[in-house]
Amino acid sequence: MRAWRKFISAGGPKPIMLSLVDVSAGYSSLRALFGVSLEVAAGETVGVIGPNGAGKTTLMRVISGLVAAFAGAITLDGRSIVGVPPHRIVEHGIAHVPENRRLFPRLTVEDNLRIGAFIPAARHHFAEQLAWVYQLFPQLRERRRQPAGTLSGGEQQMCAIGRALMSRPRLLLMDEPSAGLAPLVVQQVFDLIRRIRAEGLTVLIVEQNVQQVLEVVDRAYLLEVGSIRLAGTSTELKNNEFIRKAYMGL
Amino acid sequence: MNARRIGALTGLGVLLALPFVTPAYFLHLLIQILLWGFIYTAWSTMGRFGLVSLGHGAFMGVGAYVPALLWNYYDVTPWLGIPLGIVLSALLGLIIGYPCFRLKVVGHYFALVTLALGQVVLLSIVAARDITGGSLGMTPRSIGHSWYALQFPEKRYFYAIALLVWLGGLLVWRWIDRGIGREALEAISDDEEAAAAVGIDVTREKLRVTIISAALTALGGALFGQYLMYLNPESVSGIGVSLQIVFAAIAGGMYAMLGPTVGALLTIALTEGLRVWFGANFVGAANAIYGILLILFVVFMPRGILGWLEMARRPRAGPAPAE
Amino acid sequence: MDMFLLEAAINGLLLAGVLALLTLGLNLIFGVIDVVWIAYADLVMCGMYAVYWLFAVYGWPLPLAFAVSVLGVAALGMMVHVLIIAPILSSAPINQLLATGGLLYFLQSFATLLFTTDFRNIGVRLPIIEIGGIYISYSRLLAFGVALVGATALYLFLKRTYIGTAIRAIAQDREIIGLMGVDQRRIYLVTSAIGGALAGLGACLLALQYDVHPFIGNTFGPLIFMICVLGGLGNMIGGFVAAFIISQIIAIGGYYFSTELSYVLAFMLFIVLMFIRPQGIVGR
Repeated sequence: MRAWRKFISAGGPKPIMLSLVDVSAGYSSLRALFGVSLEVAAGETVGVIGPNGAGKTTLMRVISGLVAAFAGAITLDGRSIVGVPPHRIVEHGIAHVPENRRLFPRLTVEDNLRIGAFIPAARHHFAEQLAWVYQLFPQLRERRRQPAGTLSGGEQQMCAIGRALMSRPRLLLMDEPSAGLAPLVVQQVFDLIRRIRAEGLTVLIVEQNVQQVLEVVDRAYLLEVGSIRLAGTSTELKNNEFIRKAYMGL
Repeated sequence: MNARRIGALTGLGVLLALPFVTPAYFLHLLIQILLWGFIYTAWSTMGRFGLVSLGHGAFMGVGAYVPALLWNYYDVTPWLGIPLGIVLSALLGLIIGYPCFRLKVVGHYFALVTLALGQVVLLSIVAARDITGGSLGMTPRSIGHSWYALQFPEKRYFYAIALLVWLGGLLVWRWIDRGIGREALEAISDDEEAAAAVGIDVTREKLRVTIISAALTALGGALFGQYLMYLNPESVSGIGVSLQIVFAAIAGGMYAMLGPTVGALLTIALTEGLRVWFGANFVGAANAIYGILLILFVVFMPRGILGWLEMARRPRAGPAPAE
Repeated sequence: MDMFLLEAAINGLLLAGVLALLTLGLNLIFGVIDVVWIAYADLVMCGMYAVYWLFAVYGWPLPLAFAVSVLGVAALGMMVHVLIIAPILSSAPINQLLATGGLLYFLQSFATLLFTTDFRNIGVRLPIIEIGGIYISYSRLLAFGVALVGATALYLFLKRTYIGTAIRAIAQDREIIGLMGVDQRRIYLVTSAIGGALAGLGACLLALQYDVHPFIGNTFGPLIFMICVLGGLGNMIGGFVAAFIISQIIAIGGYYFSTELSYVLAFMLFIVLMFIRPQGIVGR
């Protein structure tokens, strides 16, 4: 446990962990991404913002292997992960918290967390990982025998994040974690992301709530209609005219 | 006169001439093909609109046993017995269909209800073994050549009856296909609520097609009984028969008028061919190969043989619709 | 209380054990893979023939014949999945029905080829026990016990192991199971093997009580399906409960009327229940 956390928060120059170069992807009749390039360095928290339908979810799915890329390169620590099936990608250390949580509704909270630790590397550390997740999310421990479908929206989001963390990832992909949640809960979720960040995890977040996400990330990209339109540090984007007008209503 | 018409008339002419030139054995096969083709066509009038029945053996059983029992015990001529069987069978279709359609029991569940129905009829026949002979079957009392009893040792007569009935079945199929019923049924098959919203009486249309299908199947069962002069609950109402009807109709292509008949032709030809080849020693080989072919068929030709030929003829219009 | 009625009820209970086992297997496969194995009962038939072959023909000791048969049908289940089911996973349900129906014909004919249509019995005569004036067939009692053990083992497996949890999960969200590091194809394979093993186990228990012939699948196949649906397709506990209810109807109906009539009653009840509550008496 300590070894894992120490590893991911080691100081020093930050190497590029995830790199997408010119990636195009989509579904059988619909192209969603056109030549997208982005990078995430180890230990960074990076955001991808943009309107509905921009291709943000497709972007997450391409990285986690649920959707195949037509073209372009996706590398993790320099090694290509294009065409690798999702269950293998998890073994490489990427965990994806899907859009809409996608918990297994009739399984208990604890069972959902257990399944998150399915890969052999995670199984051996199940107990300590579970303890850590419960420490991060005490409400989950209280409700651990409840069917996940009976949890509130915010609790479900916690559970989904917890489930992803059970696989001991190095890179956490989060798809619209604030979607459908009340403002107070949204605040809690982003506080959580700060805590995860503080543990040294590398995080890539896709979000519609621009204001909140820019407070949490180091850098961000603007994805519109399948292409990267802007990129920069969170400060730069916060002060960007276009973003302020179009996405922050200022 | 276009090529189609000429083809159809030629085909008809050939069929009419056949009894005069073919040996009894082939006539026997032809009668089977025609009668089974008729039954498969009857099934597919329901099947092609999404009402997949796994229990048509129920209608066959009722249609076959009612006239035979009435004849054996009460000397009632099949000319009365068969219509009675048809009516009872149609009634059965109504009794099952009405609650199903009214209460929206569709898809898998409808198939299972029909499956249960088939079993109910089968087991009832076996349970009433004192009158029906149970699993051992029963034989209609034979009195030789008789129009009154609808019994003819010479195959030609039955051939004529089978041919007539088969053509009748095709006409009914076409009538449903051309009539307003078809559009309504396709609409229902696609989206019931939308269809109802446009004013289509969903229940009535489904019932109509179910009753027709049940009635025709009963007729087929009755004729088989009269022809073979032997009835057996397994062979008219067993689950094997019910499945056989489904598979052959779909394999031949239930979206085309002649599709189910092609299914009958192919399955019977296959069975006979294999029986000739393997001989009586290898009883069961036919169905084994049939089973394998069915599996291969599903993987490569989901729309049936005629459907596949249709697609092969037409130029590629684009990707096939997702099933 | 009428002793004979009680006896019928108890025997019905014991019959339920085997039916429940088979229902579990079918429900597992349907719930997880979402394909209707209409040939499931014929897998049981194969298992029964395997027991017959190994024990009555080759003279293997019965427990060994049982063990090998269970493993054999489990392997058969996996083979069926790989060769037939996997290629048609995304086909329309009617096509899946056709394919598994083709398998049904194939298995029945192949068995006919190998063994002819004669009824065959493994010739094991287990005693009838008497408890307080009630006569119970020992083989039925044994079958019930084994079925309970089997069901419990399955339950524990599904609840406590990682693969078991994955099997339960995949039925609830097929698409994202990969994100947990679970290989969907592997889970399907394991499920098919377990379903096959349950069929094999049921076969062993049935072989103790009944003759085998190629078409025996047609006798209890529809019954198993009906029980599954009554309990809610894919609902394991529901299927278990439904098995017991239906067995009681058959046993008690058989006592008052004849066996066939009791089945007729059961099926008619099923039809009526479908009208009232299609999702099954327990349902989701």
